[in-house]
Amino acid sequence: MKLIDKKITCYVNDIELEVEQGTTVLDAGKKAGVDIPTLCHLDLHELGPVNQSANCRVCVVEDDNSGNLIPSCSQYVYDGMRIQTDSMNAVMGRRTSLELLLSNHPRDCLTCVKNRNCELQTLADDLNIREIHYKGEKMDHPVDDSSRAIIKDPNKCIMCRRCITMCNDMQTVGVLSPLDRGFDVVAGTAFHLDLDQTSCTYCGQCVSVCPTAALAERSATPNVWKALNNPDKHVVVQVAPAVRVAIGESFGYNPGDISTGKLVSALRRLGFDTVFDTIFGADLTVVEEAKELVDRIESDGPLPMLTSCCPAWVQFIEQQFPDLLDVPSSCKSPQSMVGALSKSYYAETAGVDPEDIIMVSIMPCVAKKSEADREELSEAGLANVDYVVTTRELARMIKEAAIDFRTLAEGAFDSLLGESTGAGTIFGTTGGVIEASTRTAYEMITGKELGTLEFRQLRGIEGVREATIETGDRKLRVGIAHELGNARQLLEAIQRGDAHFDAIEIMACPGGCIGGGGQPYHHGDISRLERRAAALYHIDDISERRKAHDNPLVKKVYEDYLESPGSLKAKQLLHTSYSAKERI
Amino acid sequence: MKKQDVLDTSNLDEQKLAELDHRIESIEGNVEEALIDILHQAQNLFGYLPYNLQRYVAKKLGLPSAKVNGVVTFYSLFSERPRGKYTVSVCMGTACFVKGADKVLNRILGLTGTEKNVMSEDGLFTVQDVRCIGACGLAPVVTINDKVYGNVKPSDVDDIIRRYKKGDEYAD
Repeated sequence: MKLIDKKITCYVNDIELEVEQGTTVLDAGKKAGVDIPTLCHLDLHELGPVNQSANCRVCVVEDDNSGNLIPSCSQYVYDGMRIQTDSMNAVMGRRTSLELLLSNHPRDCLTCVKNRNCELQTLADDLNIREIHYKGEKMDHPVDDSSRAIIKDPNKCIMCRRCITMCNDMQTVGVLSPLDRGFDVVAGTAFHLDLDQTSCTYCGQCVSVCPTAALAERSATPNVWKALNNPDKHVVVQVAPAVRVAIGESFGYNPGDISTGKLVSALRRLGFDTVFDTIFGADLTVVEEAKELVDRIESDGPLPMLTSCCPAWVQFIEQQFPDLLDVPSSCKSPQSMVGALSKSYYAETAGVDPEDIIMVSIMPCVAKKSEADREELSEAGLANVDYVVTTRELARMIKEAAIDFRTLAEGAFDSLLGESTGAGTIFGTTGGVIEASTRTAYEMITGKELGTLEFRQLRGIEGVREATIETGDRKLRVGIAHELGNARQLLEAIQRGDAHFDAIEIMACPGGCIGGGGQPYHHGDISRLERRAAALYHIDDISERRKAHDNPLVKKVYEDYLESPGSLKAKQLLHTSYSAKERI
Repeated sequence: MKKQDVLDTSNLDEQKLAELDHRIESIEGNVEEALIDILHQAQNLFGYLPYNLQRYVAKKLGLPSAKVNGVVTFYSLFSERPRGKYTVSVCMGTACFVKGADKVLNRILGLTGTEKNVMSEDGLFTVQDVRCIGACGLAPVVTINDKVYGNVKPSDVDDIIRRYKKGDEYAD
């Protein structure tokens, strides 16, 4: 019997409703125009698992039939149910739950990194909390600032378990788990190890859903301010594609509004000497990766070839699939390519000592911070990238510098490493890297010009997608996965011999980089991610050039400096290696 | 603590590890469901569940260490520290508490010269407080390993502990 089709009747504040069996009280409330407050609840719909732990009790309502308070996020409506969301009992129940949470919270809102972005803070206002009636013991855990990417402050943890759901159910990384019991319970790492001693990939999805500041990015802005104010340093900045369709949200624009020009102007105002575009690096990555793919196909090299742009994914495969380390492309990420070329090609051209260059990248990503730390990503002792600033951190810097973002003129990137195509632009969304690479690989393999540039079969938000593309006589079998749990499925299928692909794109975050851990908080609204992705495809649509190998500056860098795709010099500057790591 | 300390299992008895391996290999069905059982067996073999043993079990079962550690720290029957020959559990349920279980507990801690959940120096005792064990009619209740002592007064404690120290624990 299919229960889903069965309609039942319930009453929300005496409003009669007909709902499907299996509807939560929370969703029934929405139908009746009641927005029941929630805190631990998180539903990413098509993009992820639901956190329905019913831990916080902030969403309690009164069941008139039993007189009990019930958590609306996890209780399902039954036929004839009478729900009161605004009875004194329900309102006071919610207040009590929240006051109890607040009684054990540091309440340092004024100096907290989540100030004005904190869901606990917002609820305290929404529920009109003006006094906290409960006093009691407070948590006293050490703050973990061991990693360069994420700071974990368990004293701000309200045990909503959203991070645990993301880390275990969506990403299958399993670094976070509820530890201990009763008052001591905390979302922690195995044996309370510091984060940098665990198998954390730094994907930052825990950060992007944490309602408080128990998990937050480690800010690089103090270092960047210092560099900008050091007259002896030449500070170069690069901006990833997904930043330009999201940063506007921090300044009152809608998700998906494109603010590339204003973003460049803001960076110049902040004092960066040179402003490059990571999309240039993406275009270069496409050319190098397409060449590598063609070489692997021709020489029966290891297939499938997996993309290697996503640093959380790279950490994941090193720790969880150490026997598959010959499958990722050896290409560095676009960020590292732009970094490597800034400190070599650009330094030579501009007559700047590479030692004096500070390379800052603006990324939608928390993991890029730890990528910048990888020893493999440096030349002659100089890191390709010095500091990584997330979209959120950059928005804070712009506000701190009192720049009126909305009135800024449209700026343009500096040439040399600033020209971009539509192909590199769509790197910021799931399916984009493989679509961009396919446009180039098609022409490399067939020697013919591509008619239709869009590969619509590669687009979408399903977790795992596959497509076959005709490239002359040969069919190119392409796979795509976003979110690491989906990547695991695909890799396990390859290990079992059940899946056969030539190329696979993997991104750790839901929707790709547009849903990165460093982006403005989506607060569970996934339509924001969809609009950011649509904006990237729109930029591609209206771009003059839409194939990476048509980027005139990519051609120029090969002519001037790198010789040809896959050359010895390109291998040295633009490629990297991977090493197996023990999983904890 | 460093990752390496958790990965290093050289201080664990090889024979016992081989026995544990054997039991893990004989699991039928879902490993996650077998986790608690395997941890029990590991604790019976080694006496307690040090971090490196927990990680060893996690790796063998293909589970994240954090998951295993979460289970171990949730159940009071599992111990991450060495335990004395005798586990003394003092019930702190409501009935026992109002009849003076806290005084009994303090007396026991004084006599064994230890803190809660820390093995005494002579290796004989680990003293812990526990939630209601369901013997409220006998309150206050103390258990030592499998033996139950009911209606315990602080003045009874000296005699009980002395017998365990002398080694004639089964003499009544």
